[in-house]
Amino acid sequence: MGELFRCDSLCKDYGSVKALNQLSLSVASGKIIGLLGPNGAGKTTLIKIINGLLQPSYGTVLIDGKQPGVDTKKIVSYLPDVNYLNNWMTVEQIVFMFADFYEDFRTDLAFEMISRLGIDRKQRLKSLSKGNKEKVSLILVMSRKAKLYVLDEPIAGVDPATRDYIISTIINNYNPEASVLISTHLISDIESILDEVIFIKNGGIVLHDTVDHIREEHNMSVDDLFREVFKW
Amino acid sequence: MDWRLDKKRPICPQIGEKICVFIASGEFNAGDRLMSVRDVALQAGVTPNTVQKSFEQLEQQGVIYSKRGSGWFVSENTGIAKEVLQSLIRSKTIHYLNDMQSLGLDKKEIIEIIKEFRYG
Repeated sequence: MGELFRCDSLCKDYGSVKALNQLSLSVASGKIIGLLGPNGAGKTTLIKIINGLLQPSYGTVLIDGKQPGVDTKKIVSYLPDVNYLNNWMTVEQIVFMFADFYEDFRTDLAFEMISRLGIDRKQRLKSLSKGNKEKVSLILVMSRKAKLYVLDEPIAGVDPATRDYIISTIINNYNPEASVLISTHLISDIESILDEVIFIKNGGIVLHDTVDHIREEHNMSVDDLFREVFKW
Repeated sequence: MDWRLDKKRPICPQIGEKICVFIASGEFNAGDRLMSVRDVALQAGVTPNTVQKSFEQLEQQGVIYSKRGSGWFVSENTGIAKEVLQSLIRSKTIHYLNDMQSLGLDKKEIIEIIKEFRYG
């Protein structure tokens, strides 16, 4: 499995605050990776740089050998941590909008997943429950045949059934050519679906290892280790 | 099928143990086709890579074998799966006995408790 993306000496300063500090990282394809860290660690900053929404102050990011831009947006499917969809649109309209936007969007797959949830495609987004809105957002992102899926806090604030749905959707759409990067601070819920975890703190990486190796070495779950590393 | 996993132990060997238990307890018999990697991943809530690795290790041990394009099957010899089940039973028993002994009970008292014990 080849390298899918890498960051070298990535820095992002907001005035005197260093959101990212000399962060270097290499991720292979075919992995489900957890980006774990407390609030303010730099998770969303890193994700926004990967998606070309922020420019690094220093350092480089390469996704499939290319710098973030038009070409990488074709292969990176991104779920932001805030709802960005137009509430007045119907489910169907938003699906067709995605189909127009992205060459790799699989319309049939999106409608199939939506109908399996029992959601009427003529319904407006604003009339959906919070959980269903989260599910539709995830379906849109996972319906692309991307090389890198970047999910920013997909399980924050959803009920356990929705969380399970999100987890099975991620597993179901897994393919060995793509990687999934999931940022979260709710580790215990998802650590078993992760191949690797990256602990990020104060804008730098404190640990990058496989889940099974962490458990083997420390005799504890990743969640327990996280609590130890990020103790107050 | 019970796919509950211990959160403190590596996942890969636990998937292997589960498969061995299913074979040893007759849920899967020699020659049967196993569930796909994706189905196990979905049911156990684990990454497909870990299930794949676990299946490959079971293949090396001779517990299961793969047929190109048609999936994974239980080997004719189910002896290894049964051995794994036996060693699991043994280690869980030892664990239980140690716990009970640390509560101040001897073997005789423990046996009495098990005999008297009613579920629910």
